[in-house]
Amino acid sequence: MRNAFASEITKLGIENDRVVLLSADIGNRLFEDFKEKCPGRFYNCGVAEANMVGVATGLAMGGMRPVCYTITNFITYRCIEQIRVDVCYHHQPVVIVGTGSGLSYASLGGTHHSCEEMGMLRLLPGLAVMAPADAMEVRGALRAALGQTSPVYMRIGKKGEPVIHPSTPDLTIGKAIVVREGTDVCILSAGNMLPTCLQAADLLSASGCSARVISFHTIKPLDEACLTEAFGKFAVIATVEEHSILGGLGGSVAEWLSDQSAPRARLVRFGTRDEFLHETCEQESARKIFGLTAENISARLKALWQ
Amino acid sequence: MASSASTTEDLSRLSREIRGKLVEMSHNAGTPHLGSALSVVDILVAAYWNVLRIDSNKPDDETRDRFILSKGHAATALYVTLAMRGFFPKELLDSFAQEGSPLAEQPSPNCAPGVELATGSLGHGLPVAIGLALAARIRKMDYRVFATMSDGECNEGSVWEAALFAPAQKLGQLTVVIDYNKWQATGRSNEIMALEPLAAKWSAFGWNTSEVDGHDLEAITRELQKTGSDKPTAIIAHTVKGKGISFMEDDNNWHYRIPKSEEVVAAKRELGLL
Repeated sequence: MRNAFASEITKLGIENDRVVLLSADIGNRLFEDFKEKCPGRFYNCGVAEANMVGVATGLAMGGMRPVCYTITNFITYRCIEQIRVDVCYHHQPVVIVGTGSGLSYASLGGTHHSCEEMGMLRLLPGLAVMAPADAMEVRGALRAALGQTSPVYMRIGKKGEPVIHPSTPDLTIGKAIVVREGTDVCILSAGNMLPTCLQAADLLSASGCSARVISFHTIKPLDEACLTEAFGKFAVIATVEEHSILGGLGGSVAEWLSDQSAPRARLVRFGTRDEFLHETCEQESARKIFGLTAENISARLKALWQ
Repeated sequence: MASSASTTEDLSRLSREIRGKLVEMSHNAGTPHLGSALSVVDILVAAYWNVLRIDSNKPDDETRDRFILSKGHAATALYVTLAMRGFFPKELLDSFAQEGSPLAEQPSPNCAPGVELATGSLGHGLPVAIGLALAARIRKMDYRVFATMSDGECNEGSVWEAALFAPAQKLGQLTVVIDYNKWQATGRSNEIMALEPLAAKWSAFGWNTSEVDGHDLEAITRELQKTGSDKPTAIIAHTVKGKGISFMEDDNNWHYRIPKSEEVVAAKRELGLL
């Protein structure tokens, strides 16, 4: 996803000379191509994220289209007030991209785990919150974000994740993408959990349970039409994310569901628990600790379906 | 355009009128931060009448100079300045802090013509000013950007992040003014945080730094007019909190105190307005 971001932002920078890329002392070599093709529009803002977000706001007020990029934790938790006051309160079209989201950097320890930031950010008025699923969705999401006149936050993973979409999808913010059709249960996947969700669907299929899988790449605004249709059709619906079950996709869907009067499908949320992860482990093991595996997801859905 | 044909005497009179209005507004609305507003008046007058390239009829002109009052708690001083400078009718000031008024105690986004940024949370103005200055450079525009902060504001980490970044970008068209009245909300600014040597700090960070009497209109004007070719400019303006009214000067009670009717009269009398 990281390399797709670098490649797509370069394309967008060539297409639009107002696009400016800011990073906080990461990805320097990643952006060599951008720097070469878009001279004078790359700013390494140093390890100073609060300033970077303020600078991005000023750039937007000055007619530019800034995109801020650094590790998720530092561009969200570290400077939430700058995002709130500078970007959102002034409703400036700043795109904020967090890399290494969720459990992508599990081995780096809790300082680098981001399993709460979508919940924090989706409370900010006017800010879209996105979690693209793969490199192709990153490209589509970035393009869509720069087509907006309002602010967007986007969490992406790291490099080398499986690519699901054969090409860049025509991605619309707030409109989920059905990746696999099914008739019995429905899995809503946020971000980089999509490959796991597809594996879970395979396992369910082997047991005679047909699962629809949806890439729910926008946590805010929620695709309510998609939810209405799904909750009217399926008996069991799952949300899956490398994020706390509080506040992210699962939390958003649960809130939405509580306002509905129609008969409800059963909602089950897969995500991290309300606790820090203290074990030293890689992403795969971290996912296991929180039950974010195809085996666990499919087993629970099968039990609920039957 | 800078307002033409304003003599220092005229501007000095204007400063006193602004101060009188500030006292009145604080009394009428029952709002605090009067000392902080009185402290920054002469900086605003020098900037808005002598330096800024602005046209009150075109507040959104892309080529205008930008002035950000980062110390948003002194918003009344900005509101009165903008009204006096013709950005909006002076009558609007009477609605200050009343329900439904565009003029809140601290400015909201686009609340009135000429207000560049919603401030009130300290440490935001300078980073945004840097972004505006960078945008000017990228777009090959020659507008200047000014951010005025309080000394208490220099407690914020984001100020020092910005202080490190602007010189690295060689932003000659950026000027920061510190309204250095030696007080913050709850005490002497140098006792709460080790600000001193403040000018030497900005200088060491790579800024063209000068110190000025923040109530000397000619001196402030001179410093504001200077631009650095490849360095941003920092002006440490030595000011007096509560300036212009003897019983408020350098008395930090006026960070929060609201003047009573008789104090409004006494203040106006001292300012030569009655």
